[in-house]
Amino acid sequence: MAIRQLSLFVENKPGSLAGVTDAIADAQIDIRAMSMADTQEFGLIRMIVDDVETAKQKLNDRDLFVKITEVVGVAVSDEPGGLAKAVRIIADAGINMDYMYAFISVSKKNAYVVIRVDDNETAEKLLAENGFKLVTESDISKM
Amino acid sequence: MHNYFQKEMETMPVEQIKALQSEKLVKLVKRVYDNVEYYRNLMDEKGVKPEDIKGVEDLHKLPFLSKADLREAYPFGLLATDLKDCVRIHSTSGTTGKRVVAFYTQNDIDVWDDCTARAIVAAGGSNEDIVQVCYGFGLFTGGAGLNGGSHKVGSLTLPMSSGNTDRQIQFMMDLGSTIICCTPSYAAYIGETLKEKGYKPEDNKLKAGIFGAEAWTEEMRRDIEKNLGIKAYDIYGLTEISGPGVSFECEEQTGMHINEDHFIAEIIDPDTGEVLPEGSKGELVFTSLDKEAFPLIRYRTRDICVLSRKKCSCGRTFIKMSKPMGRSDDMMIIKGVNVFPSQIEAVLLNEGYAPNYQIVVDRVNNSDTLDVYVEMKETDFSDKVKDMTKKEKQLSAAITAMLGIRPIVHLVAPKSIARSEGKAVRVIDNRKRLGITI
Repeated sequence: MAIRQLSLFVENKPGSLAGVTDAIADAQIDIRAMSMADTQEFGLIRMIVDDVETAKQKLNDRDLFVKITEVVGVAVSDEPGGLAKAVRIIADAGINMDYMYAFISVSKKNAYVVIRVDDNETAEKLLAENGFKLVTESDISKM
Repeated sequence: MHNYFQKEMETMPVEQIKALQSEKLVKLVKRVYDNVEYYRNLMDEKGVKPEDIKGVEDLHKLPFLSKADLREAYPFGLLATDLKDCVRIHSTSGTTGKRVVAFYTQNDIDVWDDCTARAIVAAGGSNEDIVQVCYGFGLFTGGAGLNGGSHKVGSLTLPMSSGNTDRQIQFMMDLGSTIICCTPSYAAYIGETLKEKGYKPEDNKLKAGIFGAEAWTEEMRRDIEKNLGIKAYDIYGLTEISGPGVSFECEEQTGMHINEDHFIAEIIDPDTGEVLPEGSKGELVFTSLDKEAFPLIRYRTRDICVLSRKKCSCGRTFIKMSKPMGRSDDMMIIKGVNVFPSQIEAVLLNEGYAPNYQIVVDRVNNSDTLDVYVEMKETDFSDKVKDMTKKEKQLSAAITAMLGIRPIVHLVAPKSIARSEGKAVRVIDNRKRLGITI
């Protein structure tokens, strides 16, 4: 059920991000969601795209190395407290969250969060049991 | 059943080796004293006459020769024959100052080729082998040295020179090379490229590799052996003395046999010049006994190593030298601590990283800084910041445990450190650029 995320390691210097976004743009890949973690030395770029395989190939072709990790995508209602409810479920289950980022879909008029936890299966099970709609890769490609 | 290229020499009893060395040394000292003004002046300064040298036991009476002498005597000052008798020159890279040029007569080349032929045979080579020489050809001694030895053995020789890795791999696969000769870093690179192209170690016909001309570690040896599916043999030499083949490894892989019929090795204390007993760690000093054109007496190599006369299972009686533990001029003094790049490399390999790194030393606010840039393998990096910083801290702690000083470790993207296909520039010491006395 989990969705695949691309992550890239780039040096924290001018042009690093542009190299990645150019490669994605040239390949006509649509970025659905993106987050960037920065440290003094390096950046970690994480992306949800509409075509994981092609994106990985195009990035590799430019000597940019990509790691694919599975993350949980969940739809939350776009209103106060929508996110809080989802986060609370994960917290109460004692699952550690490494990072998360959010995106909205204009066509679906929904808000979504991408959550990175150590135990995807349990997190997904709990969210589904509590009435949350989980996002699949086919949902992503249709957005 | 052991194979030798020149069995009589390679297995000669030690007393006979000493007698042979003594005989050659006495003649050599007289010859250079009579013919080379530079040597005559050095010996006169020290108050040594040729007749004072009656055998190897008197070697310590003779003055040392250093790279500075070779530069001072450049180009012809140490030439011991007529220039018309010389047939070739080779030269050091000259990155640290004026080039050093070494001259060879035809006999010098023959002796040198014998030495590399011994190395090839010790690595299992015969006239049935296909030897791919991907050391650089030209002024550098690597290509010419192994090429000559391979001819002497009668192997089919592929004089590839370095670089153009795709072509190297194509020839290796199409012609079925069985022995490869190159720098260890290039061997590692070829191994990496083969893997990227989807080849397995058993897909090539290589059985052995003869690697030298730069420092490498036992961990790197294991990596190369695994990736190429071969046994990796070390070879040592320096342009000043002849080139690769001054010493070479046998199947025991516990040090390199020095071709003692042609060279005398000593270990000295680099600070006092005192000769140290067998088994001591110190600077390696060579005397070339048979060089006609460019004989060197007590040449200080700057390589730090240990000599051992322990009986070798291969049957060779030649003394063995350990892999150089560093060069006294490669040695960096950082925060008062002696640091060799090879120590850092050993830690990297031990921690599971590829040997692609760069060491940057600098001085900030009157204090030395040590930064180590390490390329990750594709599988090393994580999407979590905490994993990445943890890896950097672990590596920093492991290097600290080895050196006693703490580096800042920077993990960098795969293939982001400039790679040279010949010798890798592994150290950038910005203190020298700033003109700071270290």
